Amino acid sequence: MRLPTLLLILVAIVLAAFFLGRQRALSLARPAGGIRSLHSLPKYYGYYAALGAVLPGIALLLMWAAFSESLITARVVQSLPEALRNQPDAELGLTLNDIRNLAAGQMFDESRRAEFAVAADLYNSLRESSRRILSGLVVALSFSGFALAWFQLRPQFRARNRVEGAVKVALILASLLAIATTIGILLSVSFEAVRFFRQVPLSEFLFGLNWSPQTAIRAGQVGSSGTFGAVPLFVGTLLISGIALLVAVPIGLMIAIYLSEYARPALRRIVKPVLEVLAGIPTVVYGYFAALTVAPMIRLAGQQLGLEVASEAALGAGLVMGIMIIPFVSSLSDDAINAVPQAMRDGSFALGATRSETIKRVVVPAALPGIVGGVLLAASRAIGETMIVVMAAGLSANLSFNPLQSVTTVTVQIVTLLVGDQEFDSPKTLAAFALGLMLFIVTLLLNIIALQVVRRYREQYE
Amino acid sequence: MLTMDKSEDVIVPPADAAPAAVLPVAAERIAPDTVGDVTARNAVICVRGGNVHYGDTHALINVSLDIGRNEVIALIGPSGCGKSTFLRCLNRMNDTIESARVSGDFRLDGQDMYAKGTDVVMLRARVGMVFQKPNPFPKSIYENVAYGARIHGLAANRAELDDIVYGSLERAGLVDEVKDRLDDPGTGLSGGQQQRLCIARTIAVNPEVILMDEPCSALDPIATARIEDLIDELSAKYAIAIVTHSMQQAARVSTRTAYFHLGRIMEVGPTDRIFTNPSHKLTEDYVTGRFG
Repeated sequence: MRLPTLLLILVAIVLAAFFLGRQRALSLARPAGGIRSLHSLPKYYGYYAALGAVLPGIALLLMWAAFSESLITARVVQSLPEALRNQPDAELGLTLNDIRNLAAGQMFDESRRAEFAVAADLYNSLRESSRRILSGLVVALSFSGFALAWFQLRPQFRARNRVEGAVKVALILASLLAIATTIGILLSVSFEAVRFFRQVPLSEFLFGLNWSPQTAIRAGQVGSSGTFGAVPLFVGTLLISGIALLVAVPIGLMIAIYLSEYARPALRRIVKPVLEVLAGIPTVVYGYFAALTVAPMIRLAGQQLGLEVASEAALGAGLVMGIMIIPFVSSLSDDAINAVPQAMRDGSFALGATRSETIKRVVVPAALPGIVGGVLLAASRAIGETMIVVMAAGLSANLSFNPLQSVTTVTVQIVTLLVGDQEFDSPKTLAAFALGLMLFIVTLLLNIIALQVVRRYREQYE
Repeated sequence: MLTMDKSEDVIVPPADAAPAAVLPVAAERIAPDTVGDVTARNAVICVRGGNVHYGDTHALINVSLDIGRNEVIALIGPSGCGKSTFLRCLNRMNDTIESARVSGDFRLDGQDMYAKGTDVVMLRARVGMVFQKPNPFPKSIYENVAYGARIHGLAANRAELDDIVYGSLERAGLVDEVKDRLDDPGTGLSGGQQQRLCIARTIAVNPEVILMDEPCSALDPIATARIEDLIDELSAKYAIAIVTHSMQQAARVSTRTAYFHLGRIMEVGPTDRIFTNPSHKLTEDYVTGRFG
């Protein structure tokens, strides 16, 4: 039986279990004096029966998905001839890949087909029987789980409490999933980063002022030993994000104040979604806007002022990035300002404060946590933004705070390190993971610091 | 000149029928809907023919009333009768409501409050307001009281500001409870303390009139009693208009009472008379608890 068929059968069993369970509750209730004599509503008895039918089967399916492949592979490896079985792990992996491909009928190398035919057949038959056993077991488990639940049903059975308990567990699992994913990402990056730091000392990475990740591909190549000082990258990131925030925070905040305090509601209803479109424009589009329109304008303006402007200046990328993240600031700040109770404003007005005094002294301080939240979100977007910088600010890792020079950022370097052919044992490739880890840590620290600042200075209403 | 009541059997005492200093017009001419004398001796606020529309709703209909210096006037009536709307006209708080339109003659010390070029900021500094729910700013206790003084530039230096803050807290009867924790947030106080903080905040700007919109409705009986004592003390210095749903409170704190009904003032008179011997049938029904 194939998996989709199995799932269909499971669904049918579950539906049947629900209706049978509910029916059972109703028939239990009838002699005892109607539904009021039950502990829970009849539908909860149905849900309970359905849960009894579905949970054991699902558990088995998950276990099968987790373990069956490795069990089968182990059996196949045992059946291989001595010579193949004793290969190093990496080559054994390749052999197994060949076997799987052959089993799936995707092997076109005639010479190897014969060599692996036996193993491939074994692989296929093992999979087939495992699938058959699985189907039988799942259906059997579902039926017996349902039967177990069915015989538990009594008028005083606390079905609602059981079902609500199950729902609560499901909710907990859902929130654990997000946390587990974050931890998983962190771990996967960390492992590669640790490998990188075995080859390049941590102190060089953290404090080195030169970034030139080209390593020698063949022995004896000249001038390409690779230096991995990440300072220029972080300075570049800081510079461009700083410019972006300098653009986005004041403009976004002013937009938010105008929209929530001055604009008529009808205008606000139109302007706010239009502004949010800014955040929806693909960053590539911003990228060529920055490279083709803004950068030449800046260069022209610079020439007229007698300044030397690189054709890929940090300023252009930063300005355009600032425009891009305005909606994060304006929209979230607007929400935060709107959430400040009207009673605060009334209290201020009643003391003879003007509108601007009220906004500056009462409304904005009260909305500060939300505003800072918006700025933080904008900052992490700016730090993580790649495309605009690739197109408008270039790749050269200059250590410079001059916005008219070309700089590069952490994310851009990660991309360039991972684009094209890579070898996972060279520091050049692994450097990408070290950079990723650092970026993760830096943004995390920024978040923690900002939260502390907000907690210290927030003016909490209610 | 005596005010003529519409119900013939009631004779209005002469003290109630004092002529208005500003507008020497027969009372039934200036307030045809209202029983009793709407004028007050030494009036600080004079309203004649006040109307308020919220969109299509006519919330306040042709209302006339004076508020005298050093008097506490209670505005009573069933919910939605327009008493809060009337109160909010007196410091133009209705300006913040988009759909509200105010017409009629509203005067503070003889000056038209709604005249073109009136500075709302100055008006509200002279007519303070305390709201139904305590609404201290999310700032420290000190900053709450200093707020008005700061925005109006009442203090030249920190010492003067301290004086204003301490003086206001003292007059609001709050100073003993908070003097050791002026830097704590005002929102951390109890409900009754918060409301007295709001009163302190209001008197820190030194207004002539204080409007109170059900200031005790969110408070327990003990906190209410403290606020009522405070109103008593404040009446020596300020004119106070208080909206209340509690008849007992109106009887305890006010010297005059105006009864509102469906946007009109039905009856005005000395508080003891309104409660013991009302002239209007609706007033009688309300104060005896037959509806409301």
